[in-house]
Amino acid sequence: MKEHRHLKNVATLAYDPDKCSGCGMCVEVCPHAVFFVEDKKAQIRDRDVCMECGACAKNCPSAAISVRPGVGCAWAILLSEIKGRGAPSCD
Amino acid sequence: MMDPRSDRDKSPELGSVPVIRTELSRQDFLGAVKARFGIGRMSYKVSPGLYGAGRPGPSSPVLVSANYKLSFDSLRRELGNLDAWILVLDTKGINVWCAAGKGTFGTEELVRRIEETRLNRVVSHRGLIVPQLGAPGVAAHEVTKHTHFKVVYGPVRAADIKKFLDAGMKATPEMRRVRFTLKDRFVLTALELTNPFKYLVLITAVLWVLSLLGLHLLSWKGLYPYLGAILIGGFIVPVLLPWIPGRAFAWKGWLLGIIWAAFVNISQGLLPLTAASWERPAAHFFLLPAISAFLAMGFTGSSTYTSLSGVLKEMRYAMPVILGSASVGIVFLAITLFRGL
Repeated sequence: MKEHRHLKNVATLAYDPDKCSGCGMCVEVCPHAVFFVEDKKAQIRDRDVCMECGACAKNCPSAAISVRPGVGCAWAILLSEIKGRGAPSCD
Repeated sequence: MMDPRSDRDKSPELGSVPVIRTELSRQDFLGAVKARFGIGRMSYKVSPGLYGAGRPGPSSPVLVSANYKLSFDSLRRELGNLDAWILVLDTKGINVWCAAGKGTFGTEELVRRIEETRLNRVVSHRGLIVPQLGAPGVAAHEVTKHTHFKVVYGPVRAADIKKFLDAGMKATPEMRRVRFTLKDRFVLTALELTNPFKYLVLITAVLWVLSLLGLHLLSWKGLYPYLGAILIGGFIVPVLLPWIPGRAFAWKGWLLGIIWAAFVNISQGLLPLTAASWERPAAHFFLLPAISAFLAMGFTGSSTYTSLSGVLKEMRYAMPVILGSASVGIVFLAITLFRGL
């Protein structure tokens, strides 16, 4: 099946290969197969399919990955704008 | 709060751990339908704690789940005759993925439940199977540091759990991927449409009362273009999502909305525009795409692939266009309605 794609060049995903130990946790937790491991280092396959769930950063034992996690939900963003406080969430 | 422990009298107990069934009852099914349509969804919970499926022993696997009853049910019905432990976290009745995003399905809660249930005395091994979609809230290495239990992430879908266990707790790349199939989108749109239709019923009721009072604003010809725009944004766009050109949801909604507006205007004989009656077709051209764009944009929250950054960017462009277009459209619609009086 065709891979769904939203906007290009927006993901806040940042990865520092120097810190990577090659454990592969990022590959295990990513729901969109953004990472793969090659030569004992994680590599980014396609950063444009990152949905910023934050699982990789949370589970990276060597803190080589960072991302601003959040919900990609227009209603949540609108509500948080209207309420004027807090990050968008599903509440 | 639902308590699957009511099955207790029909199943043998293992010490103080309640044993649950692995097939769903008619009541479970009806409850699922209600929750899907938002009836009592926020209180569709099970009690957090440790449960047994089949006849689990010290070497049986431990599966972690959320206390949203639909999450818990979708796991237990996949277990069949498998012997396993289920550790239910208190996620306030929210599903695994959403709760992980909030952090209620998280390291802290998992560590607390492991200690509270004295899991280290219940099982002899030190493995935990956490659903992969729980990973945004759980730091596997932190859990190990605090409890000596090692987290293995299970498949995304509970339906793959047996295959995962049979393969020696190995997930195929396919099991790790979130999908968003035609069927998924079809089910989700039912939920998305519940809300706009509630308002529509309300508006229709108001218009009907007004028509009783002599203000004839309610006509099928006047109403169906808007019904169609709601249906397009809330249902057609989500279902046809990957096949509509473009990437932004609002754009996809706008595109089908403008085509719908053109179709409506042609079929109502409103094109080409005439000086005498240009307001109605103009209202259609400005309002209908705005409605379907707005509703389509709302589907970002149901999708499984949009990021916060992506939706923020989309909204930065789409919201001014939608609001501007809708405002102009409402003015034209108002003129049409006043002319009709």
